[in-house]
Amino acid sequence: MLKLYDYELSGNCYKLRLLLSFLGVQYRSELIDFYPGNQHKSPDFRQINPLGQLPVIDDNGLVLRDAQAILVYLASKYDPSNRWYPRESPELLGQISQWLAFADAITATASAARLHDGLFYSEIDVEAARAGAHRLFRVLDEHLFFAEEEGQDWICPGEHPTIADIACFPYTVLSEEGGISRIDYPAIRRWSDRFKRIPGFVVMSGVFPAGPAATDRRQAVA
Amino acid sequence: MPELKCKDPVAVNLWYAIAPLEDVKDARVQRSVLLEQPIAYTRNDAGDVVVWAYEGRPGDAPGDRALPVKERFGYFWTTLGMPERDIFPIPEYEEEDRRNIHAASFGVNASAPRLVENFLDMGHFPFVHTDILGAEPHTEVKEYFVEVSEERDEILASNCKFWQPMAAASSSGGADVDYIYRVPHPFCSVLYKSSPLDDGRNDVIAIFIQPFNQEQVRVHMLLSLLDDNSDDTQIRLFQQTIFGQDKPILENQYPKRLPLDPRAETPIRADKSAIAYRRWLSGKGVAYGVIPPSA
Repeated sequence: MLKLYDYELSGNCYKLRLLLSFLGVQYRSELIDFYPGNQHKSPDFRQINPLGQLPVIDDNGLVLRDAQAILVYLASKYDPSNRWYPRESPELLGQISQWLAFADAITATASAARLHDGLFYSEIDVEAARAGAHRLFRVLDEHLFFAEEEGQDWICPGEHPTIADIACFPYTVLSEEGGISRIDYPAIRRWSDRFKRIPGFVVMSGVFPAGPAATDRRQAVA
Repeated sequence: MPELKCKDPVAVNLWYAIAPLEDVKDARVQRSVLLEQPIAYTRNDAGDVVVWAYEGRPGDAPGDRALPVKERFGYFWTTLGMPERDIFPIPEYEEEDRRNIHAASFGVNASAPRLVENFLDMGHFPFVHTDILGAEPHTEVKEYFVEVSEERDEILASNCKFWQPMAAASSSGGADVDYIYRVPHPFCSVLYKSSPLDDGRNDVIAIFIQPFNQEQVRVHMLLSLLDDNSDDTQIRLFQQTIFGQDKPILENQYPKRLPLDPRAETPIRADKSAIAYRRWLSGKGVAYGVIPPSA
């Protein structure tokens, strides 16, 4: 069975738990004592990932690291509907890759600030990390606002969410744990609520489910 | 000693856990903050933990700014003042068949008393710790007892009962769980809950809060469990999952400081222990991390 080297409070591990749940793929979590044990930096774990980072999967002997890379692999392999990562559309693949890289930048800023405040990563310049996250959220919020104007619900065009939405979701919704308020990003809030209503959505510690959507579009004001 | 920013004599004259002993193994100097006072700590050549009020000069060393140190429950503790009392006891910690595990130290952007109150609260279990410490429709907080023990100067909430789908890492299914809470220190609490594996004995979970300032803290979580089956990682991560669910709730409580005026917030019957806690803090004259009652 697919094995996920997993830590509950990691947003990057959560990305994979989300996709596996959306796709209904069975897997086994191998729990790693990321904090305070620092097990991901141990010699044993570096045999699995020399970078000493989570997440990692082992799928029948194929060992992969990096949340975004694993999203690409899992969606390509286990989504027969071809909607989470539409391999036939060069335009969509280009856009998805662009937002996967953007998700990595969210990790470098919003997740860094969260590690600083919560887990005492004191070498992080937290003010720079917060400012960087705000610049990214401004870009994401505007992008989502104009997408909504076009009748689009998701980061990339189309009726169905893609792995770009999954990659951007965790560290955006966890940003307040790093002292990054999202009060100025209403389109991000509406998108997060839509995301939480995708069938198969699961929570992690720090993320709460959304209530049901408003049935009358006129009531659905931001 | 430099002049302290914290002007609350009650808070100054308390003992505080600063770090688990397993984090102080060598002569590396580590830094932290207690009540807005920067501190540093290390293990000296004689093998003892030393703590001092840190001034940030090159080669900064304890000198006349050394602070008292006690080792208790797997952590070292210090104080900026002159405590009249020793650190409160947790007798279960010494029992030979227990697993004593440091679950984690987490930073939380909330005041220390808000954390203690959340720890005492059972009403949020089904909504915040869904399918672990509670589940709808089992939402009722049944009548429980609260007393302030005069001899020991601590709050005791007993006869607490709650239905829990998964009370501990070792649970195999839902059960009615008995809880006893102690608040033996304004910023520490100890919880006893029925052990899934040993009828008649309790698992112990304690939080020791180290205030950085009035609205930011570090919380150290100790587990003292009767569990031969789970490994340390499973036990730790179970507790971290629970605490990770509390964190956003804690950080979104306003005002950040706990209001002690009885009219400031409207309690319900389930908040009996919180009411006793607020009254107890008022009686002691605690001013740190709270909004004192208006005179």
